[in-house]
Amino acid sequence: MQHGKRGPAFWLLGALFCLFVLFLYGPTLTILILSFQGPSGGLTFPMNGVSLHWFRNLFEKQMVGDFAGSLQRSLILGVAVMLVTVVASFSAGLAFRSRFRGSAVLFYLAIASLIVPSILISLGIGLLYRVLGWDPAWYSSAFGAHLTWTLPFGLLIMFAVFNRFDRRYEEAARDLGATSWQTIRHVVVPILLPSLIGVGLFGFTLSYDEFARSLYTAGTFNTLPLEIYGMTTNVTTPVLYALGTVTTGVSVLVIALSLLSVTWLRRRRTRHGSDAGKAA
Amino acid sequence: MNRVKSWVTYLQVAPLALVFLLFLIVPILTIVVVSFFDYNTTQIIPAFLLQNYEELLLSPVTWRTYKQTIQFALITWALTLLIGFTVAYFVAFHVRSSTMQTVLFLLCTIPFWTSNVIRMISWIPFLGRHGLANTTLMNLGLIDQPLEFLLYSDFSVVLAYVHLYTLFMVVPIFNSMMRIDRSLLEAARDAGATGWQTLVNVILPLCKPGIAIGSIFVVTIVMGDFVTVRMMSGGLSASVGLMMANAMSLLQYPAAAANAVVLLLLVLGIVAAMMRMVDIRKEL
Repeated sequence: MQHGKRGPAFWLLGALFCLFVLFLYGPTLTILILSFQGPSGGLTFPMNGVSLHWFRNLFEKQMVGDFAGSLQRSLILGVAVMLVTVVASFSAGLAFRSRFRGSAVLFYLAIASLIVPSILISLGIGLLYRVLGWDPAWYSSAFGAHLTWTLPFGLLIMFAVFNRFDRRYEEAARDLGATSWQTIRHVVVPILLPSLIGVGLFGFTLSYDEFARSLYTAGTFNTLPLEIYGMTTNVTTPVLYALGTVTTGVSVLVIALSLLSVTWLRRRRTRHGSDAGKAA
Repeated sequence: MNRVKSWVTYLQVAPLALVFLLFLIVPILTIVVVSFFDYNTTQIIPAFLLQNYEELLLSPVTWRTYKQTIQFALITWALTLLIGFTVAYFVAFHVRSSTMQTVLFLLCTIPFWTSNVIRMISWIPFLGRHGLANTTLMNLGLIDQPLEFLLYSDFSVVLAYVHLYTLFMVVPIFNSMMRIDRSLLEAARDAGATGWQTLVNVILPLCKPGIAIGSIFVVTIVMGDFVTVRMMSGGLSASVGLMMANAMSLLQYPAAAANAVVLLLLVLGIVAAMMRMVDIRKEL
């Protein structure tokens, strides 16, 4: 399989793979194109001219609810969730390298947090706030709800990362007289930086796109996915696609920035001849 | 020294533990407690009643809805497994350069980081009455009038599930495949196994943990889903999540809570069965 000419199996599987990629990306590319519909165009092809009409429409407040506001809330929430996810997962990852009382319980809680259906978390937090007489809000209850989804991912990634981490770097640092804080700050964090960026990517995008966990926890002011969902029931113009294009654009920008910075870090390491990144 | 160290350890896991306590354990307990409450049209009343469960479990609608949800989960599971395994197998064993493997793997995972709601909306221009699928088929003369079942049906729900969640299969299965020692494949070939025999007798058994993890993700997500069913079926199909959401919108919180407890037990049961096949901690 590893040598010689490609057999028919390769071409068949390759064709299936291409179909799969087309299936993954085709629909999104279609709405990207359709969001540039002319002002008289509809939800499907053909294109009636090309314009930015629907993007302008998107930012006119009265037309489609509060797009700008919900985008802003989702961006702030995403960044906050990202920061907490990176810091909390990294520090928990450090702790989980040795066994401590309750480590098994905490691990299973993280797994439970992944497999308990999102709508139950949403419902539970919504009910809790109701019973306590508190008002749910995107920056309190939805923030917590999102963390129950992003933290397990962050923790599992940190487990995988620390399993491959060579502890001799830390020992070397300590032998040279570094305090534990200095070891973390100047040795562990720089080596693991690409993985931490990865955790941040998960934290931001999962929060930014989260629907079910926001449903009963966002309170009066919608986050972006809730706003989009609301629009699908009462908007029947390509403004919906413009919204999709802008939202997806933000996601793609974040993904691209993360991937580029990881690649850049890796390149820089190879160029400087350091073997620091090999462990991560 | 040891005392200090354990103190630091607990400080390090404190944020994680706090989030799980406040936003996972307490809310789930709230659901359990509220599921025994009484309610009328305006408020919930603390009580200890089994009535919510009785009404839930004695209603044929409940059983129909659970059956439909399980059906969705099974069909989606089978399709995502088949497609996910094939895709992972191609990238892991048929693509030779490791850079190309990384690129193709990323290509499969990028949609995971974009919005599900948008990805569902993006099927409208394909499947609608005047969508690409119908116009193409009509132009080819294969059908006379638009196919109505393409959008807003069980078909479109399953299509969306497969579209959204196949990545959850691809990633863990690919991970399992990349850990398979390549000399095992060589040994199989030297012993006279065909490519197919190697696949079935060597690769497939070694991928079991990846398959189990992917299955857990797909099944739990589909079991708890409501937005995909609502959006892609246009209100024509039912799911347990949708049933709960409807109860919530009618302010019947205890009824929704009782349903949530039943769903949670069902999902945990399914996951426990699948977990027996795999030690997750070993897979990282």
